[in-house]
Order: sequence, then structure tokens, then C-alpha cells
Amino acid sequence: MGSIDDFSKLPHIGESVLRKEDVRFLTGVGQYTDDINLAHQTHAVFVRSPYAHATIKSINLTVAKAHPGVIGIFIGEDIAKDNINGLPCGWLINNPDGTPMKEPAHPILAQGKVRYVGDHVAVVVAETVQQARDAAELVEVEYDVLKPVINLVKAKNGPAIHDIAPDNQCYKWKLGDEPAVDLAFKNAAHITKLDLINNRLIPNALETRTVIGSYSRASDEYVLYVSNQNPHVERLLMTAFVMGLPEHKVRVIAPDVGGGFGSKIYLYAEDVCLTWAAKKLNRNIKWVADRNEAFLSDAHGRDHVSHAEMAMDKDGKFLALKVKTDANLGAYLSTFSTAIPTILYATLLAGQYTTPQIYVEVDAWFTNTAPVDAYRGAGRPEAAYLLERLVSRCAWELDISQDEIRNRNFIKTFPYQTPVALQYDTGDFPAIMAKANVLADVAGFEARRKSSEAKGLLRGIGYSSYIEACGLAPSNIAGALGARAGLFEVGEIRVNPTGSVTVFTGSHSHGQGHETTFAQVVAARLGIPIDQIDVVHGDTGRVPFGMGTYGSRSISVGGAAIMKALDKIEIKAKKIAAHMLEASDTDIDFANGEFTVKGTDKKIAFGAIALSAYVPHNYPLETLEPGLNETAFYDPTNFTFPSGTYICEVEVNPESGMVHLDQFTAVDDFGTIINPMIVEGQVHGGLVQGIGQALMENCVYDEDSGDLLTGSFMDYTMPRADLFPEFKIGHVCTPCTHNPLGTKGCGEAGAIGSPPAVINAVLDALRPLGVKELDMPATSHRVWEAIMAAKQ
Amino acid sequence: MKVSLSINQKLYEFDIPANTLLVELIREKAELTGTHVGCDTSQCGACTVIVNGHSIKSCSVLALQMDGADITTIEGIAAEDGTLHPMQTAFKECHGLQCGFCTPGMVISAIDLCKDHPNASDHEIRHLLEGNICRCTGYHNIIKAIKSGAKNMPVTK
Repeated sequence: MGSIDDFSKLPHIGESVLRKEDVRFLTGVGQYTDDINLAHQTHAVFVRSPYAHATIKSINLTVAKAHPGVIGIFIGEDIAKDNINGLPCGWLINNPDGTPMKEPAHPILAQGKVRYVGDHVAVVVAETVQQARDAAELVEVEYDVLKPVINLVKAKNGPAIHDIAPDNQCYKWKLGDEPAVDLAFKNAAHITKLDLINNRLIPNALETRTVIGSYSRASDEYVLYVSNQNPHVERLLMTAFVMGLPEHKVRVIAPDVGGGFGSKIYLYAEDVCLTWAAKKLNRNIKWVADRNEAFLSDAHGRDHVSHAEMAMDKDGKFLALKVKTDANLGAYLSTFSTAIPTILYATLLAGQYTTPQIYVEVDAWFTNTAPVDAYRGAGRPEAAYLLERLVSRCAWELDISQDEIRNRNFIKTFPYQTPVALQYDTGDFPAIMAKANVLADVAGFEARRKSSEAKGLLRGIGYSSYIEACGLAPSNIAGALGARAGLFEVGEIRVNPTGSVTVFTGSHSHGQGHETTFAQVVAARLGIPIDQIDVVHGDTGRVPFGMGTYGSRSISVGGAAIMKALDKIEIKAKKIAAHMLEASDTDIDFANGEFTVKGTDKKIAFGAIALSAYVPHNYPLETLEPGLNETAFYDPTNFTFPSGTYICEVEVNPESGMVHLDQFTAVDDFGTIINPMIVEGQVHGGLVQGIGQALMENCVYDEDSGDLLTGSFMDYTMPRADLFPEFKIGHVCTPCTHNPLGTKGCGEAGAIGSPPAVINAVLDALRPLGVKELDMPATSHRVWEAIMAAKQ
Repeated sequence: MKVSLSINQKLYEFDIPANTLLVELIREKAELTGTHVGCDTSQCGACTVIVNGHSIKSCSVLALQMDGADITTIEGIAAEDGTLHPMQTAFKECHGLQCGFCTPGMVISAIDLCKDHPNASDHEIRHLLEGNICRCTGYHNIIKAIKSGAKNMPVTK
């Protein structure tokens, strides 16, 4: 394969091919985990803690066990007896003094203590769901209720949640040159300061987590069906870290998955529990989370409290940035929780700007709340929100426009080494800004503002210029930074004898459309029709290995692995073609599905080569194995860096505080785009999740009892269709320089870039009233309160 | 308790506990798993089906109330020869679905709302779709799909 430029010009690349996977979803024959039923299947229901913090005095199972249909009930002791370990954390963070973070046990079922409302106390297995539910009600648990720690800011002085962390601190972490930053602040012409909260969110994939555990005595093998984003990682964690099983004895299948957004990356207690109990009871067991359980026990997102200061010269040129963040990790360490407020957050605080010095300090805390982990964006939305709120405030304080201050500080030469460890390979931030300004008709804003004013409404405009890092890598650097897993991806190309192709990928699609996008890549390279290519994912029994889908890594890492496997296919196929065409393989060209001999009219089609590979009659058997099947592992040399500028316009009613989202413009640079239709769909979805965070979504625990107050769709405001205008979407393309596709990833951008654009727009609208402080979500109540406070 | 009903023009008779919800009957007894359960408070609309010509959330009624009813689920929308309903085609062409979990409920709701409001504006469609939650698409392409599907739907009123 030639250059990235050559690749982007191939047929199907950049084409909005309709999705291959759609028909099964549109006709109701998709196979989500709950649509699968195994023979003689039983049902599990979990007994969960109603208290945020309590010791368990006793558990009485006598009545529950006698309930009709009950097959087994297990508690923490049973798990402990079988030497099943707790859930592992996948990323070790060290304190500045080199000591490791506090890593308390994360039991599958509570071992004498519960630490959040929804914590797992017992599992009831019965013939029917109803019987399991009824029996779960009959499990008698006596608790000694303890005072909970809910607010992370007060965690230090609260009662200890884990004995090994008496002050509830998991770690302290820092990045950057503090003395250099302090010096820059001394010499600054202006300093802008900001306190903000990044509100806690609940992911709410529409399919709740679902698990089926099964075990075969004949083969001593387990099969776990699970709604999960990375089945190989799930298997690796479960076998190597928790159950001590040989990996080849466990097959994990993640079939159609109804959305993930990060919440289905992790190994959860339920997954282990059902796998273990399936053998114990010698029965197939299904568990389907109800929505309330999803609210209580899925890993939550965000939840940072931060203070930031920017030092500038008299022209608004950034000199140094200082950030202090407190992060809530919840009651236990979820799989990648510890990397979110550190590696995936602080390293993004340079943003799109040339700020020469940055210093970040992070304190991470345990609280009596559900574990917090990656949710669409994971650390990068927190970084973008902090930085972009701060930058707009800098502009307002210096009385220059929001786009002007950004333009003055944009990085313009690449590669660019930031002071916070990352090296950006490519980008064109001024071009993105210019395009966004045109698309958003910023020139017409003043007229629109006047027309809103005439209606008694305040109109504001908000900017956000985000950068993010996707495809976390390379594995060895990540390992040095504390990762306990590799970050490569695997692709296998199986050319079938009749010339069709099956692609096996370690990436996992749960809405992203890989079955189409990956098929486009293969069709482009091999010159065969897209409908002759099937993409297989989500099954450790079929796919060689993989690290799954998260962090917008699928096309750039999974796609690159497929490209590498295609390189191998092409090399081998050329040798077969050379033999059949009686030429040297160095004289063979391959394009549009045909192998030709340079300078002659001799040619042979890809399909004929495929057949020859499996019916090797006219074949160089002495030097080449039959078959046309290649596997590649790809470990990236760097992150990819999508970037963009988002512009939001809102109207605020100063009487009610009601915010109306009037316009939203998003211009992104995702590098090469394979399927624009799918990419735009990803942007739309990300925008709505980000705008949801900015305007309505908020996870609230009661500070006294630790109860989750927003535990249903009745209490937690989900974005609905009637709250959004049509989005204006645009692209700029600077291809990624270090993967063979030139792609950067697009899954999270919308959720990363949009919250600060919305809040900056609301604050801009409220500037005439003197409002300077506003935390998300900007509900009418909060906005009204901010207006009232400014009047005081 | 016994209940007889028609689902996708096929007659069924089941003996079920009185507390069985319609969605449970559809998924577990009739084994039509295209109708999904996304919540437990009748908020998400993933379980929407057509009962006697009108869309309802099948988690919000008891199966026993459906005795004699004529029900259409997502499996019964396309023609017998597999030709997609115009609304299904529109969802595909406009990329109105991603993970596909809310899709059956969305398509059913869309068909029903277009019957009553064949010329609905974007704004009206957005309001009429307030009972269905999608976490993936941001609704943008769903609105486009419904407008496009409405144009190609047979006129039934």
C-alpha cells in the first residue's frame, strides 16, 4: 500500500455507503444478549445494598432458599471460599513520592461491608425471573449503618471507606514544571481565575447490561454472553486476575450491543458472579439489569471539582496555566478509573494553544457512590470544559472576542510538543475556526442578538476549540505510565476460496457501524464489492485477539491492523499471481481487483487468485503455503489528535432562566473520513450527550443518606428530540501522519467539545446582567438563581 | 389465565400469569425479540408496538388486557417478501439508527405519528417523538428519516 494520500483516493473511501448492519436492526432480528436464550436457562437477581455505607451484621437466607423455584443463593463468603479475587484496576497511578495509589479490594459480593447504594450483597438464582425477584426480597440482611462520604470535597475528613485509605484518598498526582509556572505567573500582565464543577453523569446506554453465564462439564469450558465493548479484555481480566482460569477455557461473546459510551468497557461483578455460579449450579444463568440497577451500578462519568488560573501577557498571549483538580472515583476502583483524571485529562490541558508552561495537580478520592470510570470522552471532556471555559473568560476579562483570543494562541506548526507530555502530529486550528465562523454566520450574530432583545430575550454566543487524544498508545509507553494491558489491535483477513472475504476484528461495534466502514476499507484495498465482505467481531472464539472499542480507537487502531493484514494478503497474492502469470512478483501491480504484469496486457482477477490459493494446482507449492488468510497486530506509535471548534448560540429568558438552544455549529478535523454519513452520525450523538451534560443531565446523591436521587428516567433528565435544533456540521482534514489510513477517530468529539460551547454561550448571554459563575447543568432554576445572585 | 390475540397477523393463545406485561408476552411467549425493554418506568419507548392501529408502550399494559387485540411489532412491518416498509427504508437511507436498540420503537412510533400527521414539520416531529429516547443518534437523522419516510408511506386515512 502506498501513501495515506493514495489510500484516501481509493474507491469507497469518503463514500456514504449505507450500513450493512441496518436491516437486521430495522426488522427486529438483531441479537442483543437478552434476545439469546440457552437451554434450561435460569435467572439471577442481585440483592443490593440500600445503604451507602454500612457493615453487614448478618445475612439470613433460610426463608429465601425455601422460596419456590430457587436453585441457589450466594453471598460474599461463598465467593471467598472458592478463591475468587475481587475486580482488578487496569491502571496503576503512583503518587509524586513514588508510592503506589491505594488499591482496596473490590469484592464480587460484599465481604462484610457495603460501600454504595447498589453494592452487591447476594445473588439469587431461580427458575424464573419472578421467583428470583421474590426470593431476593426474602433475603434478610442486618446492617450497621455508617455515615457516608458523598461529596468529594469533604472526603478527606469523612469516615474511612476502606481501611487502607484512612483519609479516603486514592492518590495524589502531578504533571508539569511548578517552579516555571510560578515564575510565569509572577511576570504576567493579567491572570484569569476560574472555579468549576464537572457534573457527574450516568451513561444510560439504552440496552442495560445483560449477562448469560454457562458452563459445559463435557469440555470444562465457560461461555459468557455479555453486553460489552471489549470481549477479549473482559476475558483477560476475568481469567488472569479474578478467577485464575486458563484463558482458552473461557469464551466471551458480546453480540449486538445496544450502546456502550464507555459503560460497557469494564469487567463488572455480575459478569464474574454468573460465570462462577454457572459452574457451581451446572445451569445456564441470565441476568438483565433493570434500568434502576443501571443507574445504581453502571460506572458513572466525570465528577471533578477544579480551580484553574491562566497567566497572560498584555495582549492575551497565554504564558502559563495552573490547574488543581479533585476527582471522585466512587467507592471502588473500576477498570480504567484511575487513568481518567490523570493520563487522559491532564495531558490534554494544552488544548490547541501554545501555552509554554502548565502545571496540574490531581487528588483522587473514594466516596460512597458508584464507581466512576470512562464515559464518552473520559478525561478529555473534563480538560476541554476547564480550558475552554477559562479561555472564554480570559477573552471577556481582556475585552477581546472569544475567537480572537483563540486565534492569538493557536498552535500553528507541527509536530508540536506540549508541556504536558503529548506530541501533536498535525492539525490546522485557524482553518477550523475560520470555517466554523462562516458556517455559524457569526457575522450575523449582532443582528440576531438585537432581534432576541426585542423579544425580551438575551442571546449569547459560546466558543469551544477542543483537542482530544484517541487510540491511546503505544503499549510500551502506556505500560511505563501504569497501564496493565496492551493497547494494540488485531485484524485477520480471511479470503475465502470463492473470493469473498471475512474480516475478524478485535474492535467491537455497538452502534459505530464497523461492519460497513471496515468493509469499505477492505473493498477499497482489494477491489471487490462491499457486499462480499463480512466483518466479524465480539467473540473471543472467532476473533484471534483484540482490545476492543473505546477512546475512539476503532478505525485508527483496529482499522490500521486490518490494513496491515491486507498488506500481507497483497504480498502473498502477488506471489500467487506472479506464478500464474509467469512473471516475477516484483513486476506485479495490483489495482481495482486485478493483478497485472507491468508493461504487458497479462492480468488475473483477485477471485482467481483466491481460488488458486485453496485449489493449489497451478501454484508455487515449493515456496508458498496454500491458503490466503493473514493476521496482523498493530500497535500505534502515537495517539491521534482530532480537534475542532464548536460555536453555540442560545437565547435565555431573564425572567424564568430558561435556556433555548438556538444554533449549534461543529467543525471537526478527523483526518481521513471513510464514511461521512457514519461520521456525522457519531458527531450528532456526541453533541447531544455533551449538550445534555451542559443543559440537563446531572447525577445527584443525597449527601446525608447517600441515596441516589436521580435513579430513573423520571428523575435523571435524558436529552429528547424536542430540545435540539438541526446541527450545522463541517470538516477540515489534516490526515494523521502515523497510521496508514490518516484517520483520527470521531466517536467522542461531540461530547468533548460541546459542553463548554453551551455554557460559554449562556454566560455570554448573561454578561449584561453581571453573571460570571455558572455550573452545569444550566437548568432554568440554576440560571435564574445565577441571575438573582448577580442582582444582589 | 388465558389470552388470545393476533400478533403480526398470526393468532396466538397463551396461558399466562395475570401480572404478565404485554412486552413480556411478545418477547418471551411469542418469541418476538425485536420489541425491546430499555427502562422500567415507561419512559424510553423501546417497547412501542401497534395495538389496534395505534402505537402504545407495551410495558405499560397487561397482556390480559390485550385479549382479542390486533398487534403489530417491528417484525411485522416489512412486506411478506421482505421488502422494507418505507419508514424502515428511510431510517436506513438517512442513517437514523446506530446501535439499533431503540430503533424498533422509533420506527413504530414514526409510522404512527406520520399516519396522524403526514405533513409534520421538523419541530412537530421532534415534539411528537418526545416519548422515545435514543442515546446514540442525537435524533438529528431520526427526524430526517421520519420526514422522508412520511413522504413515501401509503395514505391510510
